Amino acid sequence: MQLPDFENHLALSDEILMSVEKPARYIGNEVNAVIKDKNKIDVRFVMCFPDVYEIGMSHLGIQILYDMFNRYEDVWCERVYSPWVDLDKIMREKHIPLFALESQDPVRDFDFLGITIQYEMCYTNILQVLDLSGIPLLAEDRADEDPIVIGGGPCTYNPEPIAPFFDLFYIGEGETVYRQLLDIYKENKKNGGSRQDFLLRAAREVTGMYVPSLYETTYKEDGTIASFEPIKEGVPQKILKEIVMDLDEVPYPMKPVVPYIKVTQDRVVLEIQRGCIRGCRFCQAGQLYRPVREKSVETLKEYATQMLANTGQEEISLSSLSSSDYSGLEELVDFLMETCQEKKVNISLPSLRIDAFSLDVMGKVQDVKKSSLTFAPEAGSQRLRDVINKGLTEEVILNGAALAFQGGWSRVKLYFMLGLPTETEEDIRGIAELSNKIAALYYELLPKEKRTGPVQIVASTSFFIPKPFTPFQWAKMCTKEEFLQKAALTKRAIHEQLNQKRIKYNWHEADVSVMEGVFARGDRRVAEVILKAYQKGCMYDAWGEYYKNDVWLETFAECNVDIAFYTTRERGLDEIFPWDFLDCGVNKEFLKREWKRALQEEVSPNCRAQCQGCGAARFGGGVCFEKKGGAAV
Amino acid sequence: MKIRIKFAKYGALRFIGHLDVMRFFQKAIRRAGIDVAYSGGYSPHQIMTFAAPLGVGMCSTGEYMDIEIHSHQGGADLMDRLKKACPPGIDILNVKALPDKAGNAMASVAAATYAVAFKDRTRSFADYAGFLKPFMDQREILITKETKRSSMEVNIRPGIYECRIEDGTLCFLVDASSSGNIRPNFVTERFLDFAGVLVPEIELQTIRIETWMNAGTQEAPDFVPLDAIGEEF
Repeated sequence: MQLPDFENHLALSDEILMSVEKPARYIGNEVNAVIKDKNKIDVRFVMCFPDVYEIGMSHLGIQILYDMFNRYEDVWCERVYSPWVDLDKIMREKHIPLFALESQDPVRDFDFLGITIQYEMCYTNILQVLDLSGIPLLAEDRADEDPIVIGGGPCTYNPEPIAPFFDLFYIGEGETVYRQLLDIYKENKKNGGSRQDFLLRAAREVTGMYVPSLYETTYKEDGTIASFEPIKEGVPQKILKEIVMDLDEVPYPMKPVVPYIKVTQDRVVLEIQRGCIRGCRFCQAGQLYRPVREKSVETLKEYATQMLANTGQEEISLSSLSSSDYSGLEELVDFLMETCQEKKVNISLPSLRIDAFSLDVMGKVQDVKKSSLTFAPEAGSQRLRDVINKGLTEEVILNGAALAFQGGWSRVKLYFMLGLPTETEEDIRGIAELSNKIAALYYELLPKEKRTGPVQIVASTSFFIPKPFTPFQWAKMCTKEEFLQKAALTKRAIHEQLNQKRIKYNWHEADVSVMEGVFARGDRRVAEVILKAYQKGCMYDAWGEYYKNDVWLETFAECNVDIAFYTTRERGLDEIFPWDFLDCGVNKEFLKREWKRALQEEVSPNCRAQCQGCGAARFGGGVCFEKKGGAAV
Repeated sequence: MKIRIKFAKYGALRFIGHLDVMRFFQKAIRRAGIDVAYSGGYSPHQIMTFAAPLGVGMCSTGEYMDIEIHSHQGGADLMDRLKKACPPGIDILNVKALPDKAGNAMASVAAATYAVAFKDRTRSFADYAGFLKPFMDQREILITKETKRSSMEVNIRPGIYECRIEDGTLCFLVDASSSGNIRPNFVTERFLDFAGVLVPEIELQTIRIETWMNAGTQEAPDFVPLDAIGEEF
């Protein structure tokens, strides 16, 4: 009798794997995972998303970099995610070091640990990953044998609250200078250079690199920043983000890793463009990723075909900040509909503006009765929508809803923010009134026999959190009490509506929003709080059931760090922000201009309609640049 | 045309649950470019049936699934494509065409052979060979089946068709039909209890060796592998 192989070659024993939820999170071996011979490799890189596997595996950025690194013959890139709380406990009890999925080797044996930082509430999970790996939590305590801990992703545009935990940050898009960084690393290692030698060379020679230990901050008496300076010669004062100008020329993963278990984004993701022309004043991504760069339709058709064939995925999704603004959308969607119908692949079209075209497409690719339409007016009144520069008017929303109702839809989701600058009770009432108008429209428009059932409106509100590099970076954030009052008012106003029974209202947690507000605009002094809160057991803060608000508040008090200083304080126009040493392309004067216009309720046209002189054209691209015939700005 | 695919599951992939194996094959079949048939409606799914779910942690050399296809370039080509779409840990062993009147894989299952090995290969069930005959000579082997509301005692002895010791494993053929399915760990547990040895379940590896259908009658069963009724194509 020939018995199959059941020897355990994994980092975790059978006993542990059988005792944790979803052992498939930890065994690697997925389709398209890359296995290399570690003896033929110069640099071992492990890429981390500091959240559970299902979230981390849904992230496009890691798949892009994983693929790019593994195209290098001398590099092997692997993956690691946060062990879920059940395994976390076991690993601590049994002193099992955190391991990479592919080789199942300990993370601490790697040359680099790259951590993508996508949202503020994962900061304690960064510490979890370092801790379980056996890597000192503070960069200053690390020795030459420890991996170089490098951070990337949107939160690195204010890296200060987590600066002490990182050896360096890569500011901007990962496709540009990693090769150069790895070559310096190899050379330094060959020459017997130290960790510090490498970091200093990286800071001096590679653009986009921020080495926190090479900078010093001084503070004024009022707690704001007096100065932020490099402490070594040749280290740049200001760090300009890295950016890819021709998206057709950089690698894109044709064979993304296919997980066994169901993950959050279980589909092929086709990135169609980076950046956004819209300029909503609350939106950080809209500023960080300027200027807009599109991929060509031809490239995308080729990618879609190959990726579907290589993964066997049943769904494909377009990814961008605003798909409707992609100039080749119709041609691409027509192509996808044809290919996908034949292959029985679903098409998912997020971030589409509701209009005749998108409704026609959605009607063809999904079950109208089961799906809902999403509008994101963000604010309840036209006045406030002008303040935030959200171009959507009530007329556009109602026209879109009317078309949709006639097309058979009866469910509408509406997203709003509470606590936006200048918000009044009237604006909040506007949320209820707009929801009611949409519900009423359904009954006005459709005679009884044409209705597919009662209309369902779901209005959701989140709390506005000012973010760095937005025109609202100067704004005062609300207190928890103010937030809750606003949510209560929204609820009351909805109850007063004629169609209130058809409107469901959801609101976001206020406690965690306040904490996110601190981390978003915090400085280096916040790092101590994060470290202490982690040591007291805070982890998975993005998961409501594990968020420990009392521990956070207590730790802030212990560390003498004032939450209000970071959240509710309105910043002066001349204040030096913790992130001012970074340059995302958009200049501070433009943001100031936009902040003033916001307070005057003045809208700014989108990039395609009229250039606002944000500064990002200096990269030599974007729709405004093309309009001017590519002339230097 | 209905085809029956036989596969093995082992190594790290024994920690993948049954639903995930189904999802895995849906994608593998697409990667292999097999002209599989789909159900109708807005969310069409592949017409696919699995013989018997395999518990997480178990290995198998005798798993089966049925799919329906529209066209093909021969069984060998189909098997080759499917093999290439599977990672180590899932091996495609056989692909056969089913007669039109064949029942589906799940409904056809009558029995299964399991082998239970010590993960520590220096240990062997041969040490307990003396208990085998008296164990099988019992008229009743009782287990307690827990349901939501109550628990009840069931005699599994009639459903144990064969039990032997082979290559250091405890190897048995048991009822695996939908009405009388016997979970392999019941047999292992009872045997070890009978032999008076205490072995934690985690130290044992259960392997499904083969899944059988009954080509005979209820009274005189003739167990043949699930793909015995299929033909090469």
